[in-house]
Amino acid sequence: MIGGLFIYNHKGEVLISRVYRDDIGRNAVDAFRVNVIHARQQVRSPVTNIARTSFFHVKRSNIWLAAVTKQNVNAAMVFEFLYKMCDVMAAYFGKISEENIKNNFVLIYELLDEILDFGYPQNSETGALKTFITQQGIKSQTKEEQSQITSQVTGQIGWRREGIKYRRNELFLDVLESVNLLMSPQGQVLSAHVSGRVVMKSYLSGMPECKFGMNDKIVIEKQGKGTADETSKRCLSGKQSIAIDDCTFHQCVRLSKFDSERSISFIPPDGEFELMRYRTTKDIILPFRVIPLVREVGRTKLEVKVVIKSNFKPSLLAQKIEVRIPTPLNTSGVQVICMKGKAKYKASENAIVWKIKRMAGMKESQISAEIELLPTNDKKKWARPPISMNFEVPFAPSGLKVRYLKVFEPKLNYSDHDVIKWVRYIGRSGIYETRC
Amino acid sequence: MTDSKYFTTTKKGEIFELKAELNSDKKEKKKEAVKKVIASMTVGKDVSALFPDVVNCMQTDNLELKKLVYLYLMNYAKSQPDMAIMAVNTFVKDCEDPNPLIRALAVRTMGCIRVDKITEYLCEPLRKCLKDEDPYVRKTAAVCVAKLHDINAQLVEDQGFLDTLKDLISDSNPMVVANAVAALSEIAESHPSSNLLDLNPQSINKLLTALNECTEWGQIFILDCLANYMPKDDREAQSICERVTPRLSHANSAVVLSAVKVLMKFMEMLSKDLDYYGTLLKKLAPPLVTLLSAEPELQYVALRNINLIVQKRPEILKHEMKVFFVKYNDPIYVKLEKLDIMIRLASQANIAQVLAELKEYATEVDVDFVRKAVRAIGRCAIKVEQSAERCVSTLLDLIQTKVNYVVQEAIVVIKDIFRKYPNKYESVIATLCENLDSLDEPEARAAMIWIVGEYAERIDNADELLESFLEGFHDESTQVQLQLLTAIVKLFLKKPTETQELVQQVLSLATQDSDNPDLRDRGYIYWRLLSTDPVAAKEVVLAEKPLISEETDLIEPTLLDELICYIGTLASVYHKPPSAFVEGGRGVVHKSLPPRTASSESAESPETAPTGAPPGEQPDVIPAQGDLLGDLLNLDLGPPVSGPPLATSSVQMGAVDLLGGGLDSLIGGTNFVAPPTAAVPANLGAPIGSGLSDLFDLTSGVGTLSGSYVAPKAVWLPAMKAKGLEISGTFTRQVGSISMDLQLTNKALQVMTDFAIQFNRNSFGLAPAAPLQVHAPLSPNQTVEISLPLSTVGSVMKMEPLNNLQVAVKNNIDVFYFSTLYPLHILFVEDGKMDRQMFLATWKDIPNENEAQFQIRDCPLNAEAASSKLQSSNIFTVAKRNVEGQDMLYQSLKLTNGIWVLAELRIQPGNPSCTAWPSRHCPSWVLLAVLVGGGLWRGFGGGNFRLPVFGCCMSPSLLVPVVQDLELSLKCRAPEVSQHVYQAYETILKN
Repeated sequence: MIGGLFIYNHKGEVLISRVYRDDIGRNAVDAFRVNVIHARQQVRSPVTNIARTSFFHVKRSNIWLAAVTKQNVNAAMVFEFLYKMCDVMAAYFGKISEENIKNNFVLIYELLDEILDFGYPQNSETGALKTFITQQGIKSQTKEEQSQITSQVTGQIGWRREGIKYRRNELFLDVLESVNLLMSPQGQVLSAHVSGRVVMKSYLSGMPECKFGMNDKIVIEKQGKGTADETSKRCLSGKQSIAIDDCTFHQCVRLSKFDSERSISFIPPDGEFELMRYRTTKDIILPFRVIPLVREVGRTKLEVKVVIKSNFKPSLLAQKIEVRIPTPLNTSGVQVICMKGKAKYKASENAIVWKIKRMAGMKESQISAEIELLPTNDKKKWARPPISMNFEVPFAPSGLKVRYLKVFEPKLNYSDHDVIKWVRYIGRSGIYETRC
Repeated sequence: MTDSKYFTTTKKGEIFELKAELNSDKKEKKKEAVKKVIASMTVGKDVSALFPDVVNCMQTDNLELKKLVYLYLMNYAKSQPDMAIMAVNTFVKDCEDPNPLIRALAVRTMGCIRVDKITEYLCEPLRKCLKDEDPYVRKTAAVCVAKLHDINAQLVEDQGFLDTLKDLISDSNPMVVANAVAALSEIAESHPSSNLLDLNPQSINKLLTALNECTEWGQIFILDCLANYMPKDDREAQSICERVTPRLSHANSAVVLSAVKVLMKFMEMLSKDLDYYGTLLKKLAPPLVTLLSAEPELQYVALRNINLIVQKRPEILKHEMKVFFVKYNDPIYVKLEKLDIMIRLASQANIAQVLAELKEYATEVDVDFVRKAVRAIGRCAIKVEQSAERCVSTLLDLIQTKVNYVVQEAIVVIKDIFRKYPNKYESVIATLCENLDSLDEPEARAAMIWIVGEYAERIDNADELLESFLEGFHDESTQVQLQLLTAIVKLFLKKPTETQELVQQVLSLATQDSDNPDLRDRGYIYWRLLSTDPVAAKEVVLAEKPLISEETDLIEPTLLDELICYIGTLASVYHKPPSAFVEGGRGVVHKSLPPRTASSESAESPETAPTGAPPGEQPDVIPAQGDLLGDLLNLDLGPPVSGPPLATSSVQMGAVDLLGGGLDSLIGGTNFVAPPTAAVPANLGAPIGSGLSDLFDLTSGVGTLSGSYVAPKAVWLPAMKAKGLEISGTFTRQVGSISMDLQLTNKALQVMTDFAIQFNRNSFGLAPAAPLQVHAPLSPNQTVEISLPLSTVGSVMKMEPLNNLQVAVKNNIDVFYFSTLYPLHILFVEDGKMDRQMFLATWKDIPNENEAQFQIRDCPLNAEAASSKLQSSNIFTVAKRNVEGQDMLYQSLKLTNGIWVLAELRIQPGNPSCTAWPSRHCPSWVLLAVLVGGGLWRGFGGGNFRLPVFGCCMSPSLLVPVVQDLELSLKCRAPEVSQHVYQAYETILKN
């Protein structure tokens, strides 16, 4: 299991060090600094073995988190724990920075004591932790409160406490998708997938039982067979169903029920959480198409022309569009002309960055640039990195639709109809690249 | 409030100030001071001097302060054990606190203080806490038992905590169950023999129930524990799998990977014909692909595991090639792993896409990645024959880029392509030659030289090219020097007239001016070969090369199976068993996959030959290791070690016409100038002579083609029992035929005539192939030796023991019966070498329970010697690997009735430092002797040909390391054969 956990700043100074096992000594702290943080070359692996001690590290801005062990631990678990640790810290004090860590080091030690015991991760749900790690002492707790805390921390529903009350029962569903594309210069899709998340923000009283439904192909087909009455058929024929390659769920979802009936039922944590993640590869709506044209004119000049076409309903607006066209390292000057938006050559990033605030569907726009090159005797050819794109669109590129989210709370007297529900779809670019 | 200020105090006299503050009356000030102390501790400053003052702050109702003090205690208690005692009272009191959080905190902290006296006091509170009414306290106490066990295992056993812990597995609270499982698993690891966890269907059922309810981390503990369980049959395995599969949709990747581990392991027990087996395979792919959208560090862990899974069960991900395409912004460690998996998944169906990707990668920035991409193109060419042409043209395109390391890498792989498809792509040689000057890496230079040498007859200026390399001969690395030597000799054999000078030059450079024993040895061998028998030299040097195999760097099957049991853990990331990186005994229990259950295997009877036995004539296939250039004589067995200084080697010898007549025939009368004599041994002293003859003994034993070991004759039928006829005999196998060598002695007083022999039905159908022919009557006291050829087409009946043979001999006096045991190795047929792929497949296919393990004690042989010895008895080495310093030989043999036996022979080389080796390179001599030995030694006219020896005596005992025991595992569909095969091994190896 995890033998120790260290947090360093970018210089390699220790900010937090907590040792859980006897086989990890102080020298481990230095070993990591010398061999990884101060190492000259780029990090070649997130797992480093130094003198039979294994170091797992993740980096958040310029803070290093390292877990250390001498045993054959579950490596996936260690990384999951480190991420979780970051989430918990962020939930307590915001961004993970040197300053924030120094300001909250007592809190961090307290958290580390709670969520890792002898190197075994324990309940690390922020909702539960916040009930008893408060930095306020424990004076105000009554006996009932104490036992409520412990039963929540250890209980079946460790992510939610009992007795939550809201005057207005409300929930928000965000379908957030990132669409990833790799396209050849000729416009052939080399790979494309959508990785999506359904994030839920719930302000519901009591212990509500929720059921979430979407246009999952498997479910729709099953229902189509079962109830073949006219109305439901008509209803469904309008909406297309989508094939989900795979999905994963927050721990509140009953996995065995999903496995047997493919229904998603759960008691949600209070506040915001990620209900599910999913991945689709079929019938993806690619919101933009990038058509590049690069011409080398002699040894010292490049001509670049890039056309982007938006491919969705004209009534919808895409936002925050940014096209990044890489330029060679020996670029000496760039002239750009674009029809829409603003374009600039950023020498420090070796790229032309073209920004467009808004763009409606079924439109196209163009940029052309002349790149002057310094003559070099470097034999190596320019690698021509792909043209990448960023954007945000108000629909789900996978085609996912939320069909329902039903809430039942048998003990309290509010019904599904009383809950105010909001659904929003946002599609963003993931790694959206076109080779040129 | 900002706490960062505590980090900034660094002035002198700080400790003193802190002391005062800690003893202050004001609570706030105290707390501030403790925080400062903890900050100093974090930075690594020694604040242990404040121990008593800090401990004094422990008695407080402020939980935050208490936790800080506990933190301090955990750090320093070990260095101040006497003072730590001061804290005991508070701990014990806290364990009785009404607040469960405080009770748990106390017991949690106490367990972290490794001071004996505190540990003693811990037992009582711990006992109470294990039975606490609050689950939070119980789950903390469960882990505390593991802590205590780490400090004092005996105490835990004496106090009976283990039983209490076992009871907690049935606790009503899932988190208590999970922590109890974690604690027990850890304790069980240090007691591999004890049946601590005592997993049975009932307890498994409890765990599976808890699995649905506990936290993500608890699910990991439980799944990891389940993976150690061995279901009793396939039905149970399937029902566990069914209950584990829902975990594949968990958001936590570690839960998913641990579930995959359980499934991969239990799948081993399921029959492939089962519908469920196919369903399971289909269910595994999507979650594995989803892991690739996790954060990069987890992707890396996932990819390392997928690499194993793809090797074990390629069918799972065979359609998922695209997801392994490299993204421009992937971290380099993810890119390299993806590339590795892409090559493993490459097939005819997807090769076009893969090649297009690889070409793209070859233009990226990271040098390692680019090299690997280029190498991958070569591997695709070798793996998918249909793509070879496109791969070659892609490589040529890359060479045109003139990027130095791309060109070098491309040349290295093109050499392998030439090896795989001889006489197909030689047209590209001209392009390669253009880049000769830019090559500066040894591997690329060696590859290029190999190509020039191999195709010397088609390259007009081959001699010029090689000559240009020769100029800086001594600055080259050994790899290049050896290759250059071989290439020039090849050139000479192909174009003898023009290159005589060149070959002399290189031979003298290699033999006289080099300190490298390998190089010198090879130089001498060539020299001798050329001078003695050029025809033989041609046969040796220009011999047909074995093909290289397509799959490289596969993980060796037993290791792969072990690593599958460690999916998700560090072992799977390192691709090494835990024993390779974990200290001490913890967690190094050898794990193995469960065997297929008997029910699914019953159809297979021992008599049926395995399906898909390789056709009779198969080209030999050897693994294509990176530096194995495949030249028969390219035996670069280890790092170059400087040999004995040349001075000692110059035993004074008279001149001898080394390069005498033999060469004339080749170069048509031109006078070949003999090399300086000093370095050429001709007049070997007596000790050397005897050493050498021993050496020849060694080789002749293995070198003779007929090979098989022949036991000395034993008396089968004593005269007393057979009215004066004494029969002794033995069995031999020579060039494919078995015979029974008999010695008949007449100890009676009368003449014996009319001999005849008959065998009873036996296990392998042995029968006399000809009548027993004793030509003249056997007069008293006369002995006659007869060789009776045997066939294996007689009628079969299983005997007990298997190799029992009942014989009846008749003569004019009476009929006599005796029985004898024949050694199994006479039944090993000559075409018993299995193709490497087939071997892998068959090894996997044969259920593990058919595997038998044996030890061959005190066998003083190294891998090469053992391999050649065994080969002469038709036990063929299919592949060889070195795992953790042990040589592993994978061998196959076939019995006359078509039964294949697969063997894994593990040889732990002795410590070379404790043996008296003249040079660590002696094994290469042995191998050389063996390789060239068989046919050729004799061709040289025995004593006429002497090995150059540098004044040191090499007796056979020096040639082999002092050895230990060999470990042999045998797999065969007819397991009853194993014991006898083992005996055969022992006989062969020890004689």
